Amino acid sequence: MQVQVKLFAFFREGRFIKEDRELPEGTSAGKVVDDLGIDREEIGVLMINSRHCQFDTTLQEGDIYAIFPVIGGG
Amino acid sequence: MADKIFRVNMTDLSTSIEDVPANWAGHGGRGLTSNIVAAEVPPTCHPLGPNNKLVFAPGLLSGTTASNSGRISAGAKSPLTGTIKESNSGGTSAQRLAKIGCKALIVEGKPQDDSWYSLSITSDGVTITKEEELIGKGNFDVVTAVEKRFTDKIGILSIGQTGEMLMSSANISVKDPDSHVRSLGRGGLGAVMGSKKIKFIALDAGDGKVEIADPEAFKAANKTFTKALVDHPVSQALGTYGSNVLVNIINEAGGLPTKNFTAGQFEGHEQISGETMHDLIVERGGKPKHGCHQGCVIQCSQIYNDLKGNYKTSGFEYESIWAMGADCNIDNLDQIAEMDHILDDIGIDTIETAVAFGVAMEGGVLEFGDSNEMIRIMKEEIATGTALGRVIGNGAGNVGRTYGVTRVPVVKNQAIPAYDPRAIKGIGVTYATSTQGADHTMGYTIATEILGVGGTADPLSKEGQVELSRNLQIATAAIDSTGMCLFIAFAALDDGTCLPALIDMINARFGIKLTADDVTNLGMSILKTEHAFNIAAGFTNLDDRLPEFFETEPIAPHNAVWDFSGEELDTFWNF
Repeated sequence: MQVQVKLFAFFREGRFIKEDRELPEGTSAGKVVDDLGIDREEIGVLMINSRHCQFDTTLQEGDIYAIFPVIGGG
Repeated sequence: MADKIFRVNMTDLSTSIEDVPANWAGHGGRGLTSNIVAAEVPPTCHPLGPNNKLVFAPGLLSGTTASNSGRISAGAKSPLTGTIKESNSGGTSAQRLAKIGCKALIVEGKPQDDSWYSLSITSDGVTITKEEELIGKGNFDVVTAVEKRFTDKIGILSIGQTGEMLMSSANISVKDPDSHVRSLGRGGLGAVMGSKKIKFIALDAGDGKVEIADPEAFKAANKTFTKALVDHPVSQALGTYGSNVLVNIINEAGGLPTKNFTAGQFEGHEQISGETMHDLIVERGGKPKHGCHQGCVIQCSQIYNDLKGNYKTSGFEYESIWAMGADCNIDNLDQIAEMDHILDDIGIDTIETAVAFGVAMEGGVLEFGDSNEMIRIMKEEIATGTALGRVIGNGAGNVGRTYGVTRVPVVKNQAIPAYDPRAIKGIGVTYATSTQGADHTMGYTIATEILGVGGTADPLSKEGQVELSRNLQIATAAIDSTGMCLFIAFAALDDGTCLPALIDMINARFGIKLTADDVTNLGMSILKTEHAFNIAAGFTNLDDRLPEFFETEPIAPHNAVWDFSGEELDTFWNF
């Protein structure tokens, strides 16, 4: 299945901003993080299709998956 | 020496230094300005008349070595909202006032002729001087000239042309350590200062120092506190990308108000994002990391240079960039930086003014996305006070009324900032119930709803949102009294050592024994004092509501509407 993965802030360094990825059915959000070499401890927010999700959320065909480090502002 | 209250009467041009009354002794910052306004300002007075008072107060820890303690509060009845108002800012003034021994500066009355004045404050008292040279000048010229008259160490509070012209979005500028300006931004306090005919206030602390009751305990607590701030990952991201790191995540969450609140995502988000801003800053030899006051360890400010590598702006905040960017459909960061610079110079709130432009665009005054016309209007109309300039300079609500626009994002006539309350509901509770009109900083539920700091809450659900907003508004009122930057809250929400260390510092500074419960009670009492002022000024629970269009116009991508009932919102005050 195809999923668009988007990275933000320093997760982009040495990686990418946006990439369409071919993933096996049933891939979890956490698995994508692991495969990118990002420490789960560094994760602040995960969103699929603009909704917050967890590491164990299963990705679906056509999902837009956004991965953020711990950030804040205001 | 003991802290004193400095009082200036602009009607008879008299000044005095008074002992601090016992019931104000435990207050600082917002708690003090709100208590003084509540005690001394008739709630039904005209905000620009002689009975309103403008109060400045450093926080309880300002002027000490406590990290991030350099916030100054200003309070009055707001000409924009008609409510009580507290606005706070970094810069050098909080530390100067504290070192002068001034716990609060109260400016009252109003000159009976058309003369302009300046105030100069030292530990000996206040000197009132007639001012002619700087009238009609912008804040950057004022800072340069005042430094020349005094020294470059002088603290400066000033108003630009919009404050002189009493526009209800005018702010008060606060000189920062680089002789640029920060802003006491919201609610039109610059117009209140203008109504008192004061162009600037110079603060000379000499070699004054703040006394610490228990220096050893203070030092130890500050060490723990500083470590909690420095270690928190949010602090680190703020130092790299500034608060503008939020553009992409709020856009992703579908809560970035776009084109005058008609969509929740902005096509040009990447061009105005914190990531893009960081790269441009580095490329042009600016500084991604910069503090707005001495002792800041988070350093969310920056030096943003133009294409040629010359200084353009600093303190380039998410809310300003969102307002001039997504809300006006502009994706050019250099144009936004130019506007940020102009608005700082003429001394007007970036959020209110840009949201007013968004409403003006909807009303057909100019096209969405036309940043050149925005810049022209700022320079040629607002700065000079033409009819159009005054329509926009009096805020988003005023523009809506003038041009018959019904989609006007204001609460209590103050513009809603950078988070759509349909897609992020907790912040809508804060906008509706805040004692100051729409203001995200009053109870920043975004931390929990979107950023996952201090727990989690579903931004599209109403569940728990009133309680979340209430708890944060209470905590914020207390933090706003300490002189601390609100960005300590991220560490305070996550790191159990942070708040106890902050309380230990207050105790060591004054030789007292506050507990965490005392601090919560302080926050509650400040909110209740502010609320009582507003009720006496004529506000009711029906003013604690969002504009109608949020209930009737779903916003993409979630197609969410605002669905809190009035009864649900009214439970906010059950404490």
